[in-house]
Amino acid sequence: MDNDIKMKADKINFFYGNTQALKSVDLNIFSNRVTALIGPSGCGKSTFIRLFNRMNELIAGTKLTGKIYIDGEDINSPCIEAVDIRRRVGMVFQKPNPFPKSIFDNIAYGLRVNGIKNKDFIEEKVVQTLKKAALWEEVKCRLKESALGLSGGQQQRLCIARCLAVETEVILFDEPCASLDPISTGKIEELILELKKDYTIVIVTHNMQQAARVSDYTGFFLLGELIEFGRTQDIFTAPKDKRTEAYITGRFG
Amino acid sequence: MKKDITQNIGFFLLFACIIATLFFLGTIIYFIFTRGMQIISWEFLTQPPRNAMTEGGVAPVIVGTLYLTLGAMIFAVPLGLACAIYLCEYSPKSIVVNIIRISINNLAGVPSVVFGLFGLAVFVNFLNFGVSILSGSLTLGILALPLIISASQEALLAVPHSIREASLSLGASKWETIKRIVLPTALPGILTGVILSIGRAAGETAPILFTAAAFYKRGYPKSIFSEVMALPYHIYALMTEGTHPDKQKAIAYGCSLILLFLVLFISGIAIYLRQRQRSYHG
Repeated sequence: MDNDIKMKADKINFFYGNTQALKSVDLNIFSNRVTALIGPSGCGKSTFIRLFNRMNELIAGTKLTGKIYIDGEDINSPCIEAVDIRRRVGMVFQKPNPFPKSIFDNIAYGLRVNGIKNKDFIEEKVVQTLKKAALWEEVKCRLKESALGLSGGQQQRLCIARCLAVETEVILFDEPCASLDPISTGKIEELILELKKDYTIVIVTHNMQQAARVSDYTGFFLLGELIEFGRTQDIFTAPKDKRTEAYITGRFG
Repeated sequence: MKKDITQNIGFFLLFACIIATLFFLGTIIYFIFTRGMQIISWEFLTQPPRNAMTEGGVAPVIVGTLYLTLGAMIFAVPLGLACAIYLCEYSPKSIVVNIIRISINNLAGVPSVVFGLFGLAVFVNFLNFGVSILSGSLTLGILALPLIISASQEALLAVPHSIREASLSLGASKWETIKRIVLPTALPGILTGVILSIGRAAGETAPILFTAAAFYKRGYPKSIFSEVMALPYHIYALMTEGTHPDKQKAIAYGCSLILLFLVLFISGIAIYLRQRQRSYHG
């Protein structure tokens, strides 16, 4: 198992102006596995995952060298459009960011911008994705109400559902539980384990227990470098690098 | 003990200032209301003026003001909104764009009579639209433009970055994001700005003085190239020209009251919309 490489980062260097945020990072992301990226704040892990859906190019004054491949395809090649990549690689952000629209429209949005007009299909898809995101029971009676009325945890699951609706292949989670309570966090983690069957998942987290609970692979970042990468079990029980050990045992960070 | 006394004196002075302000406001409203109400009747609102504007109503004048304001908005709202979208969403961060931004804000401070002269030179004479609804609307529109642009810009900037990112991350293009997420979210703020600028445009005299307004015109305007009577200029004319100052004065107060209500009504809508926006986001 574990031989299908879904995404590949090859000698990635990334700059914000003159500041180098990522230094020569090589990393493989495996299909239908959860890969956790851990490390102290400002170590470049969020910057790193935003390369996979080309979100960093929205920030002025950044520079990337090295290549990112999805299914062997260079996603930064001139003949590929950012919107096509973003349809394939969804993202869930640190703070829940539902649109100020109804719950229904939040999910339908992704379908509509991708040119789907068939109302029955959209309706069916909304129900299906809400069920998949384990949110259906809680919102089935209030689909027409504003998504801003949901709790933080529900909003985050709505944001996940929003990704699922456009049928992405990969979901990037950027500290998805940073602003949630333990119960909501538990629900999101359950969901991640469930989604792993159909999706490739990358999760950035500050919470070491979370990385240990949900991930198959873990990468440890420090000051823009990938210090260590391996099976989560190995990283947490027998880290090869002293800095990794120091970080996961809580001696710094 | 001494501290208490200074504090109380301070409070008293502040309170006195409020009372003074309210007194002036109250007096203005009282005067216009009591004098204006005497003449306001169904006939006054629905009939044209008669007997050299000493009798009859002011219906064409009200209609004129509505035409001018509507024309101004048809011209200024799309243009202003487009400018705001460009400045907020597309323009690169450069010195030139900053200068444009500052110029637009300064444009809001230009005296309205200067806009009037500009309208006379450009619309009436150079483009040969004559003294007409079209010239007046365009001039009022230019006056309203900076207000609409800055209000729209503020509303657009208030749309959180996070939901733009969310939209883009779902594979929406920048334009789709602006059209489907940013604009609808900013709409209440934009509307508030538009409505306040309507209030401003409806009440201005100087810009229409040379570009649109007529002292007296028989009947209703027939095309956008007609001269037109309008409330603010009508008040001015009634008070400064004509042969029956007493009768005209009463009508002027009536017009003032109508204008006051018109602007209050429009501002009321703006306040309502802003309130709704707050409750929605809160």
